[in-house]
Amino acid sequence: MTSELDIFVGNTTLIDEDVYRLWLDGYSVSDAVSLRVRSGILEQTGATAAVLQSDTMDHYRTFHMLERLLHAPPKLLHQLIFQIPPSRQALLIERYYAFDEAFVREVLGKKLSKGTKKDLDDISTKTGITLKSCRRQFDNFKRVFKVVEEMRGSLVDNIQQHFLLSDRLARDYAAIVFFASNRFETGKKKLQYLSFGDFAFCAELMIQNWTLGAVDSQVDDMDVDLDKEFLQDLKELKMLVADKDLLDLHKSLVCTALRGKLGVFSEMEANFKNLSRGLVNVAAKLTHNKDVRDLFVDLVEKFVEPCRSDHWPLNDVRLFLNQYSASVHSLDGFRHQALWDRYMGTLRGCLLRLYHD
Amino acid sequence: MPGKLKVKIVAGRHLPVMDRASDLTDAFVEVKFGNTTFKTDVYLKSLNPQWNSEWFKFEVDDEDLQDEPLQITVLDHDTYSANDAIGKVYIDIDPLLYSEAATVISGWFPIYDTIHGIRGEINVVVKVDLFNDLNRFRQSSCGVKFFCTTSIPKCYRAVIIHGFVEELVVNEDPEYQWIDRIRTPRASNEARQRLISLMSGELQRKIGLKVLEMRGNAVVGYLQCFDLEGESGLVVRAIGTACTLDKLSSPAAFLPACNSPSKEMKEIPFNEDPNPNTHSSGPSTPLKNQTYSFSPSKSYSRQSSSSDTDLSLTPKTGMGSGSAGKEGGPFKALLRQQTQSALEQREFPFFTLTAFPPGFLVHVGGVVSARSVKLLDRIHNPDEPETRDAWWAEIRQEIKSHAKALGCHAVVGYSESTSICEEVCILSASGTAAVLNPRFLQDGTVEGCLEQRLEENLPVGCGFCHIPYDELNMPFPAHLTYCCNCRKQKVPDVLFTTIDLPTDAAVIGKGCLIQARLCRLKKKAQAEANATAISNLLPFMEYEVHTQLMNKLKLKGMNALFGLRIQITVGENMLMGLASATGVYLAALPTPGGIQIAGKTPNDGSYEQHISHMQKKINDTIAKNKELYEINPPEVSEEIIGSPIPEPRQRSRLLRSQSESSDEVTELDLSHGKKDAFVLEIDDTDAMEDVHSLLTDVPPPSGFYSCNTEIMPGINNWTSEIQMFTSVRVIRLSSLNLTNQALNKNFNDLCENLLKSLYFKLRSMIPCCLCHVNFTVSLPEDELIQVTVTAVAITFDKNQALQTTKTHVEKSLQRASTDNEELLQFPLELCSDSLPSHPFPPAKEHLESASSNSGIPAAQRATSVDYSSFADRCSSWIELIKLKAQTIRRGSIKTTVTVEKASPMGEGNFRNRSAPPCASSTVGVVKMTPLSFIPGAKITKYLGIINMFFIRETTSLREEGGVSGFLHAFIAEVFAMVRAHVAALGGNAVVSYIMKQCVFMENPNKNQAQCLINVSGDAVVFVRESELEVVSTQQPTANCQPSCPGGEVTT
Repeated sequence: MTSELDIFVGNTTLIDEDVYRLWLDGYSVSDAVSLRVRSGILEQTGATAAVLQSDTMDHYRTFHMLERLLHAPPKLLHQLIFQIPPSRQALLIERYYAFDEAFVREVLGKKLSKGTKKDLDDISTKTGITLKSCRRQFDNFKRVFKVVEEMRGSLVDNIQQHFLLSDRLARDYAAIVFFASNRFETGKKKLQYLSFGDFAFCAELMIQNWTLGAVDSQVDDMDVDLDKEFLQDLKELKMLVADKDLLDLHKSLVCTALRGKLGVFSEMEANFKNLSRGLVNVAAKLTHNKDVRDLFVDLVEKFVEPCRSDHWPLNDVRLFLNQYSASVHSLDGFRHQALWDRYMGTLRGCLLRLYHD
Repeated sequence: MPGKLKVKIVAGRHLPVMDRASDLTDAFVEVKFGNTTFKTDVYLKSLNPQWNSEWFKFEVDDEDLQDEPLQITVLDHDTYSANDAIGKVYIDIDPLLYSEAATVISGWFPIYDTIHGIRGEINVVVKVDLFNDLNRFRQSSCGVKFFCTTSIPKCYRAVIIHGFVEELVVNEDPEYQWIDRIRTPRASNEARQRLISLMSGELQRKIGLKVLEMRGNAVVGYLQCFDLEGESGLVVRAIGTACTLDKLSSPAAFLPACNSPSKEMKEIPFNEDPNPNTHSSGPSTPLKNQTYSFSPSKSYSRQSSSSDTDLSLTPKTGMGSGSAGKEGGPFKALLRQQTQSALEQREFPFFTLTAFPPGFLVHVGGVVSARSVKLLDRIHNPDEPETRDAWWAEIRQEIKSHAKALGCHAVVGYSESTSICEEVCILSASGTAAVLNPRFLQDGTVEGCLEQRLEENLPVGCGFCHIPYDELNMPFPAHLTYCCNCRKQKVPDVLFTTIDLPTDAAVIGKGCLIQARLCRLKKKAQAEANATAISNLLPFMEYEVHTQLMNKLKLKGMNALFGLRIQITVGENMLMGLASATGVYLAALPTPGGIQIAGKTPNDGSYEQHISHMQKKINDTIAKNKELYEINPPEVSEEIIGSPIPEPRQRSRLLRSQSESSDEVTELDLSHGKKDAFVLEIDDTDAMEDVHSLLTDVPPPSGFYSCNTEIMPGINNWTSEIQMFTSVRVIRLSSLNLTNQALNKNFNDLCENLLKSLYFKLRSMIPCCLCHVNFTVSLPEDELIQVTVTAVAITFDKNQALQTTKTHVEKSLQRASTDNEELLQFPLELCSDSLPSHPFPPAKEHLESASSNSGIPAAQRATSVDYSSFADRCSSWIELIKLKAQTIRRGSIKTTVTVEKASPMGEGNFRNRSAPPCASSTVGVVKMTPLSFIPGAKITKYLGIINMFFIRETTSLREEGGVSGFLHAFIAEVFAMVRAHVAALGGNAVVSYIMKQCVFMENPNKNQAQCLINVSGDAVVFVRESELEVVSTQQPTANCQPSCPGGEVTT
């Protein structure tokens, strides 16, 4: 006796969250069944393995049919074939577009192209995430990227509108799209200690302050492309380190303000010029695409690592950066205050986020 | 020109890409009705076209309006080659033809293609302007309402229940026409879909004409089926119950019929010529004259004998050539006999209803069924489908005589079915012989079997169990005892019926689904030899099915079956029997004896030991089941109950009310039924595995109950969550060494595993009950068995039951003590009415109260009381008994009082209910259920019948996920199309939904598969009680309906 056909169709489509997770994680039906068996479900429900097999197959078939709709979530809302309560629809979409931290760290900042897709095998081996799941996540990134890349308006809003994601997930996707289009390097060994959250935080700040959208909300690609003019202007900041008087004045202002407040005052004092040079040079280099990509590498090399080697506590870093940015306003010879604020305001936020073990 | 049909095509969305180059589609729409076609403009390059067409107007006869579907075809315009069809939408405009239903059809319909499935949606608006036509000889029957529901629909009351209507139409199956060889599968499928749609329309119109002739205005319990007879044609047949229904207009009128006790039935003089109009214009409080009258078959005069061609049942003498030759002779004799009393025989006192207005059903005799094996031949003249008519007439006649043998003059819960394999066809009919309230009948129509033994006050909850036949001249040997409830009348030891549990039945504990499953191998044979082989096997099948049912019933410790449905399916090399029913313990019937095993070789010691071991197992199971289903009948002094080991003399006996029928000449005589009874003894069964198989049925996991009736006895506190589903399984038998035993085991496992899967899938709904579990078996090929199950899972609240009842009782008591005498009567009556279907206080107490009336000393009664739960309830129930007794003494109570007083209880009830959150979504939710009601909601409007037929075919089976993927998608699409049609009618649910056919054929080698599905149901508008409450706090009468714990379940 073999089962030729075995289906269950409910007027309301049954969604089993556990099975959905297994499906999203890319497990085959047989793997999913054995995983479910291991979860002790048979003991809880008194079901047999055959029942579990049939149930899993059924759910997989449903998910397979739903997948086409999940590629364009608004379709899921308007379609008539599957009657799914709104809360369940939201869950299906949210989970489908959720991604693994390990996976996103591998592809963040990479070009979402066929070439990268070929590397998914290696990523799968490296991260232990099934190839199927890697493909889904990669395709999700790419799909979202394709849809919103040339769109007018806020990146987060666009993503939310076209993919019906939660605010949180939409922000994450905005970061992914932003990183992918600017190709920021995130894979270097030095950067391995950083989480996706760190990068997403920085991306959000940069989108808010450094993109075209920050000055003009009526242009295409406004949240994806960095404001080229702004990057060009950043060269002007160079005088902060090139002009020796200015640099000394800046240092004394900072040191005066922080004396007695910093645990690592002497280290700071000794390193001030190096740190300041580092930060300003990063700004000055951003005119070249290549250097834009290396932004995070540079920040870690030029600022995070030196501070960390001197064991600066985070609070001291915060005090220093605040004072460092603020003191520039007292430099009479320096005219680019607004530019400095646009640059340093974002950078300060990023650096504080990046500064951890 | 009696009607103008207006159609507007608004827009499309999610269309498929038809032009690969541009990834877009140039879509336009053809709107066709009859022979007229209109076209929209081509909307270039869009997958979401906005046509916004003008109103296309069709001026048509109302006859066409009834027969024809509106056909909407979406096409892709192609300048150089033929336009490609994207898909079609068929819209049945019948719901627009009667005044109370929908006024407009407007909404998004899935565009369906028989090869590709659903391809986008189209927004359509349809309206009909009907002109009054007073032509007496008209062929249309616009205005007759159709209901699939097998009870009086919720917002109507029955003025007259006229009786049985039937009709069938035949045609050639387009699939078997010569042209099919040259046309595409798509064209062939569409021809078939269209033809069946046309035939259903025609059938419905003809049935409507018969109803009008009977002076009715509605058909309730309408069941339409297709017989795909292959080469010999396509038969569409339908049966139903003609009624005159009255719409309940005031909210008060939504009070379910069950709240008006049977005693209220005013005796109305039977109206020879009942005019529905005078009834409908009755007083504003319709309940005052809530009268149900039954117009017996003979009583209405035949008005238009001119249109007799439609009355196909009229036996015609020159027929009979078509059926298997050998039964021609005796059948003709029968016909002659028939023609003598043509008028009397023409009609059948059959009712397709399974639930009735209170007081309608007096006694139930038992199940009557008839089967007949026929050889199919080509239908030569589709306009004269006499052969098929004669076949059915013959079967119905047999049913009628069976019923007569049981002392009954009517058959209720009547249904018909067929099973076809190649050229052999088994026709089956079954129902429940019953005696209907003689007060609704004219004297003399009752065929002398009714003494006036019905007292003014029928004992509540047991009357229908009392035997209708003469005790001294019983149609079969049955073990009669005095009714355990009223102690006045005789009852059988077991009762089998095809109807739902009557609302007022006193039941102990909960019910459960009981199935008998059976396979029989059969030699492959041709034509007559095959038919003979099948005929010979049928009696054995029936016998064994009954034996199994009986044993399983006893194993459950129960004594009655409701909703019994026995399906015999014929295949190439086997016959399958599947019987499903809901077992219950009726308080009126005696406690069933146990099952005793007796060995054949009593001398063998080890064998003896084995036997006693089995016996112990069986006894344990019975005890366990009694506990599981909460069957604790009160101990009655004169009977020894409770000992798990039965007395040897207590043999299981089957109330055999069924006789097999086949082509055999002699069988026809048996129909008078005095001989065809038997006594079943377990020790007759030679095979041990029969006993084993009894014990392999696993009870559902805790928190689950299942039944195949509308409602589960013993559960009434439904919550609003429902999940209707269809599950299909096909297994392939290994063709090697197939034996009956192996086959039985396979089939049994298939059904059990299927149930287990359902329990597992629906585990998140616990505590819940699978209701209306409907199994269908088919044998699509030699080694394939297909089982299709449709059911609905309904959640219920375990804890709420006690509370609700308490407040309910307290409330009524409180009222009783404070209010004046007239007011006093009402709540009591209500209590007594709703009691039987309550889990608390269990029927036991009810029984107690009954026995208190019959004079058993209180001390004796007290012995059976469960003390643990006694304390907290005793005060209330003792009060209740006293008050109830008072009520009974007082006799009749005015119904109008009932209406007004229903309110406090209803409100009290509401307070315990948590308001379900009202979900909103872009696509409106449409509920589907095989039941006639929606838990926690009130049906406010019936929008019309949904009757849809779809074919889906694929030539890329593997690519669509194999057979499972293919069928899964198709069934999901069918659901979607049903929902879309209901939503377009303005409805939010389908009730009495049924998947009547699911014919699946595959050819994996060719990568092909085809499936035909036929579904039907009633589109309705329902309103959640929680929403009603807001509206009707000051209008208390509005909320009584489904909220009364008793009423909900019972109506």
